Amino acid sequence: MTDIELRPSRDLDAETLTINMGPQHPSTHGVLRLVLELDGETVVNCQPVVGYLHTGIEKELEYKTFQQGMVLTDRMDYTAASCNNLAYALAVEKLIGIQIPPRGQMVRVMIAEMSRLTGHMIWVGTHALDLGAMTVFLYSMQDRERFMDLIEMASGHRLTPTYIRVGGLSDDLPDGWLENAREVVALLPGMIDQYEGLLTNNAIWMSRTQGIGTITAAEALDLGLTGPSLRGSGVAYDVRKALPYCGYENFDFKIPVGETGDVFDRYLVRVAEMRQSASILKQALDNLPDGPYDCQDAKYIRPPKIETMLRMEQLIHHFLLVTEGFKAPRGEAYVATEGAKGELGFYVVGDGSNKPYRAHMRSPSFINLQALPKMCVGRMVADVVACIGSLDIVLGEVDR
Amino acid sequence: MSDSAPAAADTPAESPEPPPEHPLVVALREGVTGLSGVTVTESRGMTLAHIPDAGRIVDVCRFLKTDGDWEFVMLIDIVAVDHRDSEPRFGLTYTLHSISKNQRIFLKIRVPGGAAVVPTMTTLWSGANWMEREVFDMFGVRFAGHPDLRKILTPDDLEGHPLRKDFPLGNVDVWPEGADTNVAR
Repeated sequence: MTDIELRPSRDLDAETLTINMGPQHPSTHGVLRLVLELDGETVVNCQPVVGYLHTGIEKELEYKTFQQGMVLTDRMDYTAASCNNLAYALAVEKLIGIQIPPRGQMVRVMIAEMSRLTGHMIWVGTHALDLGAMTVFLYSMQDRERFMDLIEMASGHRLTPTYIRVGGLSDDLPDGWLENAREVVALLPGMIDQYEGLLTNNAIWMSRTQGIGTITAAEALDLGLTGPSLRGSGVAYDVRKALPYCGYENFDFKIPVGETGDVFDRYLVRVAEMRQSASILKQALDNLPDGPYDCQDAKYIRPPKIETMLRMEQLIHHFLLVTEGFKAPRGEAYVATEGAKGELGFYVVGDGSNKPYRAHMRSPSFINLQALPKMCVGRMVADVVACIGSLDIVLGEVDR
Repeated sequence: MSDSAPAAADTPAESPEPPPEHPLVVALREGVTGLSGVTVTESRGMTLAHIPDAGRIVDVCRFLKTDGDWEFVMLIDIVAVDHRDSEPRFGLTYTLHSISKNQRIFLKIRVPGGAAVVPTMTTLWSGANWMEREVFDMFGVRFAGHPDLRKILTPDDLEGHPLRKDFPLGNVDVWPEGADTNVAR
């Protein structure tokens, strides 16, 4: 009887597997490609590849007048489009040196906060959907429709409103808007309660998000994170409080801050932010002043339509503003705003002509996305999905 | 008729006091060895610091990040502008923010158009990685010491640097490699 030889053992864990996640993938929230190197289920390396949605908006802005360029800015963070409009308008207005009257500022605040809410509602729905909690998505998208209706009532568009223009707004709020808005804002806390009721104390949600994708405060500052992703790690930096714009200094609201910087904390911060937005909206609706909504300067604002039909000077102004646009002086201006994803800023350089010489968007999603490898490496593939959701990126903003 | 200086019979006018130096100019001169010529201007509520020696930008940022009087712990953005009509061609603006002092500063350097090279900021902030990659992709400015300097937003087969002023806007049909372009219209 011969001895049975043991099969020689093969070194089974020598190789890692490199796979692609995306660019077409339901959980990457857009055309994001991740090159993942896996050792079994564990991520050893994670390389985000972006640029699949790059449309050269910054180049295009140099060839469009300032008002024409406003239309392109909606397309950057399309889930919270009016925040982009606001940042661009503020930067151009700072370059020119014009002020917006109080009514215009407060309407801008309302529209921006509603945009922030629509962005966060998409975030909570898709983040939960990725991790298996499908009901939240249906509720949040249905609730979001109420805000889309309000934005459509004001501007005519749902997704890319271009309601905030350089010098003010495209038009005043229509009749009945305030009543509708009060009704929706009164329902808002109940909407958020519903999302929290499904998620916050849910054992599955907690086990999939607590302790996952932890970023310390020091790491967050090193990576350039801003917005809820930074505040989840405990750093209380919000542009609305640090560098107030549009009269935010007159509103009473808190900045929610997390402790551990994991996915769960970033979720809690955003949900708390939604509640703060509800409070800001209520304050704005209660205190909306009367008066003009635009800067009232004929060099920058089209005259009321009826006057263009009755008076020659107004007709000429309208003609020049539409065909040529206003000119901005030489110089540069940067304005930071708190977008839905983080610090959203526009850097505009003027050269004395009617077009920007350079317009650059400080894109929070682009810079925040650098944190993804740090969150994912060493964890399992399933956690990658949770981490992407917690960063809340929009590829239109990442790629521009 | 030109007015010459007052005649010798008048008492000589006292020379006016030089304007006080901006505290940042003083701090940078004392905090960063061998750095001089920094000018600070305030424009539209923004503090712009012009650093004449582009190669020292990392030293300046290291001082501003770590010094207890300034504490600029956040790198907000790196923006490039193509000043096609003046040399040095590319202007870079580094925006820093101090949370504790609630201050913001814009550091500006100029790099020449030929073979523009700037030291990398990734040694101070890893978040500078993609910001510098975007500047490289769009303008062709290289960052010495960058761990992974390559295109980030434009397609891999695009040659050139699109945000340069001599790069055309487009309006040219683009076909993927190997595509059959003989399409009946």
